[in-house]
Amino acid sequence: MPKVILDRKEVEKLIEKKLTTEELKDSLTFLGTDLDKIDDREIIVEIFPDRPDLLSEAGLARALASFIGYKTGLRKYKVLKSDYKVIIHDSVKDVRPYTACAVVKNLKLNDARIKQIIQLQEKLHITYGRNRKKVAIGIYPFEKIKFPIRFLAKQNNEIKFQPLDFDKELTANEILERHPAGKEYGHLLKDFKKYPLFIDANNNILSMPPIINSELTGKVTEKTKDIFIECSGFDFRILKKCLNIIVCALADLNGVIYENELIYDNKKEITPNLIPEEMKLDINYANKILGLNLNENDVKKLLERMGYNYENKTVLIPAYRADILHEIDLVEDIGIAYGFNNFKEQIPNIATIGEENNFYLFKEKIANLLTGYNLIEVRNYNLTNKNNLFNKMNYNGEAILLANSISQGYDTLRTWIIPSLIETLAKNKHNEYPQNIFEIGTIFKKGDTETGIIENERLAIALCHSKANFTEIKQILDSLLLTLGLKYEIKEIEHSSFIPGRVGRVSVNNKNIAYIGEIHPKVLENWSLEIPVATLELNLTELYNLIKLTQII
Amino acid sequence: MAYIRKVKIKGQEYWYLFHTIRQDNKFLKKSKYLGKELPKNLEQIKKEFLQEIIKSKETRETREKTQTEKLIESLTPVERKVLPILKEYNELSKVASKLKLEEIEVLRAFSWLQDKNLLKINQEEKEIISLDKNGLIYLKKGLPEKQFLKLLSSTLESLSKHLNQNEINVSIGILKRKNAISFGKQINITKEGKKLLQQESKEELFLKKLPIEISKLNDEDKSIYNELKTRKEIIKTETKKIITIELTDFSKELLKHKLKANLIESLTSEIMVKGSWKGKTFRRFNIQSEIPKLYPGRRHFVNEAINYIRKIWLELGFKEMTGNIVQTSFWNFDALFTAQDHPVRELQDTFFLADPKYGNLSKELLEKIKQVHENGGNTGSKGWQYKFDIEEARKNVLRTHTTVLSAKTIATLKKSELPAKFFTVGRNYRNETVDWSHLFELTQVEGIVVDENVNFRHLLGYLKEFFKKMGYDKIRIRPAYFPYTSNSSEIEVFHPIKKQWIELGGAGILRPEVTIPLIDKEIPVLAWGLGLERTIIEYYNINDLRLLYKNDLKQLREIKLWLK
Repeated sequence: MPKVILDRKEVEKLIEKKLTTEELKDSLTFLGTDLDKIDDREIIVEIFPDRPDLLSEAGLARALASFIGYKTGLRKYKVLKSDYKVIIHDSVKDVRPYTACAVVKNLKLNDARIKQIIQLQEKLHITYGRNRKKVAIGIYPFEKIKFPIRFLAKQNNEIKFQPLDFDKELTANEILERHPAGKEYGHLLKDFKKYPLFIDANNNILSMPPIINSELTGKVTEKTKDIFIECSGFDFRILKKCLNIIVCALADLNGVIYENELIYDNKKEITPNLIPEEMKLDINYANKILGLNLNENDVKKLLERMGYNYENKTVLIPAYRADILHEIDLVEDIGIAYGFNNFKEQIPNIATIGEENNFYLFKEKIANLLTGYNLIEVRNYNLTNKNNLFNKMNYNGEAILLANSISQGYDTLRTWIIPSLIETLAKNKHNEYPQNIFEIGTIFKKGDTETGIIENERLAIALCHSKANFTEIKQILDSLLLTLGLKYEIKEIEHSSFIPGRVGRVSVNNKNIAYIGEIHPKVLENWSLEIPVATLELNLTELYNLIKLTQII
Repeated sequence: MAYIRKVKIKGQEYWYLFHTIRQDNKFLKKSKYLGKELPKNLEQIKKEFLQEIIKSKETRETREKTQTEKLIESLTPVERKVLPILKEYNELSKVASKLKLEEIEVLRAFSWLQDKNLLKINQEEKEIISLDKNGLIYLKKGLPEKQFLKLLSSTLESLSKHLNQNEINVSIGILKRKNAISFGKQINITKEGKKLLQQESKEELFLKKLPIEISKLNDEDKSIYNELKTRKEIIKTETKKIITIELTDFSKELLKHKLKANLIESLTSEIMVKGSWKGKTFRRFNIQSEIPKLYPGRRHFVNEAINYIRKIWLELGFKEMTGNIVQTSFWNFDALFTAQDHPVRELQDTFFLADPKYGNLSKELLEKIKQVHENGGNTGSKGWQYKFDIEEARKNVLRTHTTVLSAKTIATLKKSELPAKFFTVGRNYRNETVDWSHLFELTQVEGIVVDENVNFRHLLGYLKEFFKKMGYDKIRIRPAYFPYTSNSSEIEVFHPIKKQWIELGGAGILRPEVTIPLIDKEIPVLAWGLGLERTIIEYYNINDLRLLYKNDLKQLREIKLWLK
């Protein structure tokens, strides 16, 4: 979630009301933000991804002012007519097909406000713009630009201009290789031969989205009064929203919005469009979901506290709201305006019968039984690595690897439990012996299922003390299966993790369910263990299925 | 019997009443002054006198007997062996060799006796000088300078046979210093030398005294010691721990008694069969003494907590769900209306499988979910308005939440089975590096309530009930965001000791975009996912998540029981 650092004085100035720190804390929390820190100077707050309109002082102040009931209802934003034209060339179709543009004039910028605009642009890039992939935003001092502007794509080897913060012209490829922004966002263009450019009527390159502006048009400064904004990307709807969020914030800073005409080969669009969207609202639906008994007037007032207008069962949605997909989102906002802290809890009168999962119950029975053998239960991660599962166990098997683990040593799903127990013993050499332990856990193997992975629950036991041996572990197996009313057979097998002649496969009704044996000294050596280990691993999923077939449980 | 007698003191006669009693193997005379004249009520006084004696004897005996006897009865066989000879020997090594016991056994007995206030153990470090390798030889053969002198008076050739060059050099040096030899054409023995030859030197006398403590050396010996110290392996100095004891007055008193040896140490079945315990005394145990720790088998403490949590939901009428950890992105994300370009689906957030990379999807449901994402389908939503990518949906992941099990459960739920409540406690995965507050594998407590008539207040009701049972009386919810719920809430509980709100999970009502494709109808589904680990660390007083799954056996053996 994006964290923004906001200027508290600016927020209060925009609300036009001073709030105590407690009031601010409370309203920020119950409006729906994750407050990090607040002091006299700053408000540090995380904004949930569904509310990109709160990413600036202006946006947050607007929401707070209505939430506290001070300035409620839909805010009207005027868009003045103009003849500013942006011509979109067909060549951008593949690389970055759309743009939404606006001009905002009469801004009185100071250092803090420039920071505010830059933060909004940056945070929108990261969140709503998915790191400039979906939306790249360009903001330019208006006085350095001559309309009409063209949005077109050129062969990358034909592009050359002086990028922002560089003192000489670079080719497009040089920008991708050398400019910090080029290095960070170059991957978004790399696969294309043609790169998109904004070029003005003087044939000056304004920018190469989504990478960098030109030094020529430069940055917005305290002297800048009027600006040109463009958002470029792949989804015109998203671009328009993003533009609306920015121009509404600027309008709250006393800017005057001018429309731009976007001329495509076959169509024309005008942005920004700040006419509120309409959505029907059924008050019964809202009451049913929220468990409240609100009348139409209550709902109207609550909606106004969230910046909406309500008339004739219809809600007018501010043009900067990007998250209203369904009537349910309006219901949620009614709930927020009502105050999540004002809801009275209630246990509904629903008669249902609790039911434990039978297999879970079975596993619990086994685990509780095992503590009676003086075994201590351990709980290891399902993730491990090939070295632990195979190399150190002196055993070859097929690893189920993760594609992208960032945790070293945890990139493989475990295919058997014994290595986890041996690892536990290896980590506990400083503790008292005997160390007799068990674990019930999931193992993963390839198979014919929805995902191609079969998951089984297994029980593993390891006995580790100076006299641990096959007899002792077999006693536990014998006793366990006797308790479950099962007869079993053991067949000698070869398994390189165990001492030859002291390892066997256990079967019940001719179904293999376990192996059992003494761990080979070579394996113990690999784990730096100097004390013998006798162990077994039992497939509880299979065992449970067998019992279900033969007994009533 | 009491008797009266006249006692003459400074020429005067006085009447006394006497009575002899036996106390601790001794005879004691008790007396009472009667006066210069015999009183008239003599018989009465006599009677009272005797009663007084009997009374004092009784109280004294019952008191002392119990204490002393009990103590004697508590002595172990080794203590009984050791104690009597401590009057003669007070040093550990000497006691041990006298009794032919190991020092460690005797030391153990010492410490038990000390616990019983019968002796005091003193430990002293002493520096002891003793003979070294050469010293042992020289003690027999004489010091090299002596040998040198002897050999000088006989044949010179034999010198190098008996002494090595070093010894010769040292000898010459010493003898020169002592004026025992003089140098001419050859080495001559002086008068002084001859005298030396006839008597034992100071050094030789010193060697005979060894071993000796440094602290006991007189000034002359000290200078000899310092000199010999510089010579090759004649003497050595070692620090020795000397353990001695000092008997307390109490034990001196105790030793006047016979230390009974005929105590029963352990009750055996043989003793029972023979009945030989009858009339015998059992050795008294020191029931306060330290014992070796006992470690029974135990469940893992996290599982103990999980079982309690499962019990809560079962009591509230919830049915337990289970399901796989490896899931397709379709179920983990798409069915839960998580946009395909949502950051949670990126490599740095979620674990993807390398092989098998893709799973299989049910065509019918896939089509419905695809519609919901692209344009809202029949849900009344606008959807995400992008082109749905089936390959993205097929990617296998380690489930990032147990909510995937809720989605699957809802999808198989028949309308006749409503209302329904489900829960699960299961592991989930996030691609994180492990630190004190992050694990890649965390457990979630998941619950859903499916019913036409449930609402947001009911969600709050269930959560409040649950956390009350977990020991948190105050909870609050605040708005949050999850792609698959409306009225998305962050759940916080008030920590009664830390006096602050702690975040323990998320909740909400599943969105129509989730429920309609799965149940074919918009039915409110209350849903929550609570972080197990954060909920229970407070109880165990653990402040580092890693300690939950460290599997340190000492911790697992000694951690307090989950008492809820």
